[in-house]
Amino acid sequence: MIFGLPVISVAIWLPIIFGILVMATGDDRNAPLARKIALVGGVLGFLVTLPLYTGFDRGTSAMQFVELHGWIARFNIHYHLGVDGISMLFILLNSFFTPIVVLAGWQVIEKRVAQYMSAFLIMSGIVNGVFAALDAVLFYVFWEAMLIPMFIIIGVWGGPNRVYAAVKFFLYTLLGSLLMLVALVYLYNLSGGSFSIQDFHHLPIPMTAQILIFIAFFLAFAVKVPMFPVHTWLPDAHVEAPTGGSVVLAAIMLKVGAYGFLRFSMPIAPDASHKLAGVMIALSLIAVIYIGLVALMQKDMKKLVAYSSISHMGFVTLGFFIFNQYGIEGALLQMISHGFVAGALFLCIGVLYDRVHSREISAYGGVANRMPVFAAFFMLFAMANSGLPGTSAFVGEFMVIMAAIKVNFWYGFAAATTLIFGAAYTLWMYKRVIFGKIANHHVAELTDINARETVILAILAITVLGMGLYPLPFADILHESVSDLLLHLTHSKL
Amino acid sequence: MDIQNYLVVPLAPLVGAIAAGMFGKVLGRTWSHRIAITMVAVAFFQAVRIFQDVMAGHIFDGTVYTWLVSDGATFQVGFLIDRLSATMMLVVTSVSLMVHIYTIGYMSEDPGYQRFFSYISLFTFSMLMLVMANNFMQLFFGWEAVGLVSYLLIGFWFTRPTAIYANLKAFLVNRVGDFGFLLGIGLVLMVFGSLNYGDVFANVAKHVEDIAPIAGMEVNLITAICILLFIGAMGKSAQFPLHVWLPDSMEGPTPISALIHAATMVTAGIFMVARMSPMFELSETALSFIMVIGSITALFMGFLGIIQNDIKRVVAYSTLSQLGYMTVALGASAYSVAIFHLMTHAFFKALLFLGAGSVIMAMHHDQDIRNMGGLRKYMPITWITSLIGSLALIGTPFFSGFYSKDSIIEAVALSHLPVAGFAYFAVVAGVFVTAFYSFRMYFLVFHGEERFGKAHHHDDHAHAAHAAEDDHHDDAHADDDHDDHAHHGLAPGQKPHETPWVVWLPLVLLAIPSVLIGFIAIEPMLFGGYFKDAIFIAEHHEAMHHLKEEFHGPVAMAVHALTTLPFWLALAGVGLAAFFYLKRPDIPAAIQKKFQWIHTLLENKYYFDRFNDWFFAGGARGASTMLWKFGDRTLIDGLIVNGSANLVGKLAYVVRRLQSGYIYHYAFTMVVGVFILLTIRTWFE
Repeated sequence: MIFGLPVISVAIWLPIIFGILVMATGDDRNAPLARKIALVGGVLGFLVTLPLYTGFDRGTSAMQFVELHGWIARFNIHYHLGVDGISMLFILLNSFFTPIVVLAGWQVIEKRVAQYMSAFLIMSGIVNGVFAALDAVLFYVFWEAMLIPMFIIIGVWGGPNRVYAAVKFFLYTLLGSLLMLVALVYLYNLSGGSFSIQDFHHLPIPMTAQILIFIAFFLAFAVKVPMFPVHTWLPDAHVEAPTGGSVVLAAIMLKVGAYGFLRFSMPIAPDASHKLAGVMIALSLIAVIYIGLVALMQKDMKKLVAYSSISHMGFVTLGFFIFNQYGIEGALLQMISHGFVAGALFLCIGVLYDRVHSREISAYGGVANRMPVFAAFFMLFAMANSGLPGTSAFVGEFMVIMAAIKVNFWYGFAAATTLIFGAAYTLWMYKRVIFGKIANHHVAELTDINARETVILAILAITVLGMGLYPLPFADILHESVSDLLLHLTHSKL
Repeated sequence: MDIQNYLVVPLAPLVGAIAAGMFGKVLGRTWSHRIAITMVAVAFFQAVRIFQDVMAGHIFDGTVYTWLVSDGATFQVGFLIDRLSATMMLVVTSVSLMVHIYTIGYMSEDPGYQRFFSYISLFTFSMLMLVMANNFMQLFFGWEAVGLVSYLLIGFWFTRPTAIYANLKAFLVNRVGDFGFLLGIGLVLMVFGSLNYGDVFANVAKHVEDIAPIAGMEVNLITAICILLFIGAMGKSAQFPLHVWLPDSMEGPTPISALIHAATMVTAGIFMVARMSPMFELSETALSFIMVIGSITALFMGFLGIIQNDIKRVVAYSTLSQLGYMTVALGASAYSVAIFHLMTHAFFKALLFLGAGSVIMAMHHDQDIRNMGGLRKYMPITWITSLIGSLALIGTPFFSGFYSKDSIIEAVALSHLPVAGFAYFAVVAGVFVTAFYSFRMYFLVFHGEERFGKAHHHDDHAHAAHAAEDDHHDDAHADDDHDDHAHHGLAPGQKPHETPWVVWLPLVLLAIPSVLIGFIAIEPMLFGGYFKDAIFIAEHHEAMHHLKEEFHGPVAMAVHALTTLPFWLALAGVGLAAFFYLKRPDIPAAIQKKFQWIHTLLENKYYFDRFNDWFFAGGARGASTMLWKFGDRTLIDGLIVNGSANLVGKLAYVVRRLQSGYIYHYAFTMVVGVFILLTIRTWFE
């Protein structure tokens, strides 16, 4: 409770209210005010989520901070919120990034400032809703609502090809989630009229139905993750999105899909999950290797990091579908870490883009000569992206590789190739952009990062290192819920 | 001692690294190096204290903090301080301290002065964490961290195309090794359920007969783990065929070539295998594999040293070859001998590198030994110390290198492994090769005709060419000197002179152990049960046992050596080098002409770099382009995504034509519809 208000509701609605406030400042004459309100909203939005961590009971897998109110009585739909070890950290992660993207767009966004800021605030609230919803319809509403601000962000503040990218993004993800709605309605009928996700977890379901349900959910979630072969919207969306959009897309949006697997697919259809695990593992490993290779030859920095994200998310789905504790916990830690690292990398690219207005690797060279402080930060994040121990990225990768070896040595073997590919594409890009002699007059005119940018990157650097050196406080949260999930998975529901 | 006493050792250099790295601008040059050096000195003196404590029998194995807990396994950061790690700590901190001091002189004109101190202090921290680890995970942390710092330091002069090519290459080749290493760790965790050395070594004997859980392969578990771990060592310790990064790493400033690429980091693999001796001892296959790899490295990398003209590259190839010797010793189950050679090598190789750096400074950053000659008159301290280093390297009796290298040769002779015959040939032949290339360099640099101060034969075009071909790099750069300092060798008439005291003092301080440490340490270290708690040797591996029986004190050993083959081979190598390069320089030239193909083969380093560039780098780029263009763009996006969008678009176009907006179109359609419905209705009635 914060001031007598339930924590999760505050985490959802406070940013949305601030978003509306910001929008109310009107046109760009009031831009400075809009920025300030947005920052206050973002910071407050993060602060109010902290009680979720401090008040979290690590000893139980039950839902905590539960709020349950009637909503649409006719269909037995509730305003039902709660978090467990699987979802709680993502609410923090999401709220953590809101002030960061507000700051990142501080000087760069000059047109429609209020609308830009408010889109991010509103999205932050909606995404918190996705992670906290325990009622399937509520979840679905948040899930689809999430698309709207992102669609607007890409479509309005994006690059030259933004409309194609925005529509591709929208259709891809919308089409994926339609079948999920069908599955949810089927489950509603099967359960005798309940939309409670936790009720779904205990439903006995015949195999054929489980497989169909799994596929329906798969389409919705795999697109969001994104898994091979439904990943091609992501590079386009990233390339066209403004920096803040890319950050949220990579840090938060991709996590929603993976979260869905844990909240819906696996516990609701455990037998189908086992049956289709081979396919899921294959797709994950393809993502790791194929996409890792594809990333190597990208000429556009954002595309490169986008592909690298897909490859890293391959680790996440791999970790899920090998069904052991290391795997799922590792995958969850990988998701959190990937949020920090990919977010930071997109911010770094944004720093360069704001100055030179190009994302092409070949437009740079020798940036370190002019921006040594920036180069140091970028190096840290590049190394994190290569999975260097001591950075957050290592934790998840390490655990998933360990988990994979436990199941089948060759899974681990295939997954561990990321050690080589990840380093190759990241450091090769780094080399071409940062090292070398000053390549052209654009680079020669660069100025190092300013105080605002330093603060943003420093916060992320501390987080990345902190989590890498001491992941225990993150992992601690997960144990009970993951054990419980694994228990679900061992019980057949036929 | 409690944990704080041990923590001081790695944390002090870390403080130095942070001070010089993050506050270098505020502190300025002098204060940066003062803090960094003080911190390393603190680490060194603390390491000495710990060493004394360990020698008094206090072994420490404890946790600093818990990193992660999952699935019943606890991953910790912790220290295991026994004689093995205490010895390594001494070697690392002492060489690091020398290099720190030396850097004041060597890097004095460099704009990245503070950054350099920050890196080498960070390296010292990482290396200490590696050797002090009590578990595989922290070992891997240190392992990768030293790789990172090595990457940063090779690319220290980041405007040079060759340097940033070399550092990327070093990192990626090391990652190939780490790939195997991590898989090995994975198997360890899977089988033992813990990554702590103590837990693993205590239970390893139970799994001797197990089959590795690797689908489709019938391999012994221990063998699989050992070979996977050793692949990591092959990367880090630059063993064939993952050796390719080390010669290129000479692009980094000389102090780090001494510290990282000779004395400490590259020996991490040797240390690791010695640390894992309870495991490696159980697999003859793995030991044989190690011995073969080591022998190949020891001999064939030595050959490459013969034709190098860059002073640092000669020393680099000699490092490769000496690492091969250590690896052979590991294969022969003579772990203590490997560590002994690691230690003596750390001192004399650091000395040789720093000596080379001193020469390079005097030559104004010309590294080509063909442009030197007669330097002994101008820089006597560098000359004498380099001579000492070279004598130690080739195994002159009574010098430190003699005791360690001769012990390796003896251990191999006593090894019962089936591959020991080849290994024996390689290490003995290697003695001649080592003596020859070492003294070739020594004579060309310090003796003979003074060839400096003339217009030199290479030009700046080489650099431009490199810049252009950057990523399609081939290794035709064996003999240009990659210099981005303004001065390029000595001007005509200019004379070299001795370097300042901060440079020569470390040389002198390193020369002392290079002479003495072998004589002093051999008896306690190899035969006094020194490593009895740290290193395990299986009963039936008797090489060390026999070696002990044959040993009658260091003096007797040196005297006896005068009558053995290796000594005469070394003498022959020196003699031949003197004859060729002092008396008759026309002969090597003639030989080179006559055996051009051999020279070409060696000059291209057996074509490994070419092959790797073509096959691995080129292959990956090709596969990448193909997958991206065909897989992602044509197949998924072109055919499926946009294809279905186009299909919908076309359908929509047809449907849209019907929505014309004219009432009479709709009315007409309605009439037709009603007509059809009525027809159907009547039809069915």
